[in-house]
Amino acid sequence: MSATRKAPARQAPAPSLPPARLLAGAKAGSAIGLAAHRATYTRPPQVSTQPRRNLIELIGQAGLQGRGGAAFPTARKLKAVADGAGPRVVVANGTEGEPPSAKDQTVMAHNPHLVIDGALLAAAAVGATQILIGVDRAHRRALDAMRAALAERTSSEPLGVNLRLAGTPSRYVAGEETGLVQWMNGGPAMPTSVPPRPFQKGVAGLPTLVQNVETLASIALIAQHGAEWFRQLGTPEEPGGRLVTVSGAVRQPAVMEAPIGTSIATLIQAVGGPTEELSAIMVGGFYGTWLPLGALDAPYSRAGLLPLGASPGAGVIVALPASACGLAETARVVSWYAGESAGQCGPCIFGLADLAELFAQVAAARANRDDLETVRRWAGDIEGRGACKHPDGAVRLVRSALSVFTDELARHMGTGECRGNGQPILRVPPPGKTWR
Amino acid sequence: MEVRNLSASVIRVDPIACVGHGICADLFPEWIHLDDWGYPILLQEAIPAHLLDQAKWAVANCPALALRLADVQ
Repeated sequence: MSATRKAPARQAPAPSLPPARLLAGAKAGSAIGLAAHRATYTRPPQVSTQPRRNLIELIGQAGLQGRGGAAFPTARKLKAVADGAGPRVVVANGTEGEPPSAKDQTVMAHNPHLVIDGALLAAAAVGATQILIGVDRAHRRALDAMRAALAERTSSEPLGVNLRLAGTPSRYVAGEETGLVQWMNGGPAMPTSVPPRPFQKGVAGLPTLVQNVETLASIALIAQHGAEWFRQLGTPEEPGGRLVTVSGAVRQPAVMEAPIGTSIATLIQAVGGPTEELSAIMVGGFYGTWLPLGALDAPYSRAGLLPLGASPGAGVIVALPASACGLAETARVVSWYAGESAGQCGPCIFGLADLAELFAQVAAARANRDDLETVRRWAGDIEGRGACKHPDGAVRLVRSALSVFTDELARHMGTGECRGNGQPILRVPPPGKTWR
Repeated sequence: MEVRNLSASVIRVDPIACVGHGICADLFPEWIHLDDWGYPILLQEAIPAHLLDQAKWAVANCPALALRLADVQ
């Protein structure tokens, strides 16, 4: 059984964690309706072409950082767009291309009105008159919940802004902000060369805020409850809670909501704990890092993971069982990376293809010392050489695999033995079919 | 090491525009070499003043117009 099927869209019982905020009141299989939502949340202010700077200031006081992976300070991003000449655009990024992540789908499926409120608040903050919401078209539950929520609103609460929901191509880099913007502009969902960045020249050439849907929902939390309340969770440098998808060899794979800085071990316990002996943990997703079990006590935060050479990314933890081979898992992910290249940059097209092939040889215990040296050299040559950071993700995962799975590597290189039982743990999706 | 004057420029490649002609590595070997797939790897730091004309020559002769000089950040 593949243990990283999409985590069930529910919150597992977790007595060790504070009450949920983003997923408060969420019940399995249904979305919170507008009436129930309005019992807690007041209507966002009317959107106008004039940025509401006090809202940006409030988000700055809350210290919110982007939840899409880069953890950029949200207020700074809002300000950059607000400072651009209008009209402006907001793009809500709900593409969630990270295969072991289900948190954006979960917040949209359960709390679509919080996401929509957040998008309206972001539009008010930057003075945008147009909102585009992009959701991977394969994520049916999230897409349906968002569509139903929008229909519910237009009948009772006119949006007062031009808003469109779109199903985006199921490609990893379709969620990279320039790729998403190019697709919104009628092109392929492939990243473009930067500069210009979307805040300078985005949808229809206008200053565009591209913001992850969990970040937008967090903006709605802050607008309702204030900066101080938001800061009651998390750390002074990284305030608030966040959604984390925990899967792999755990009892109840699920999306958890936890204060930033909660330890990896606590997050794994919150989903019922490991089902068997573990050998390593993947943090951050495929665009992430393998860590040894010694990292279990590390806080899941930027500051906590930085000394280990990792980062929280989009909020993903995968527990790797000792019965699996970390090299084989990595090889399948690197192949997936090669297949998800947009085919635009030479080092990504040819470098990732060759890297994937050679790393597969390593995993199959058919590589020699020279091959291993070549893997390391190619990792250095490929890194930073794409228009986007797609190839860098493959390189980072390979490097961390070589440093964490040293015992496996020694066995593969020495006796040619692999202790993996051949059961795949990481669910690697088939290559996307279209860029349109 | 010899101390040299640095220019205020760096050389950058647009990786989407670059198709790996490889001419730049011939024209500016002090700064550019090709990877195993024929694509240029450029030194990132400020170009020494005495090599700036050569850098401009490489930029001007890229058939894909993928190279440019940029100001040091």
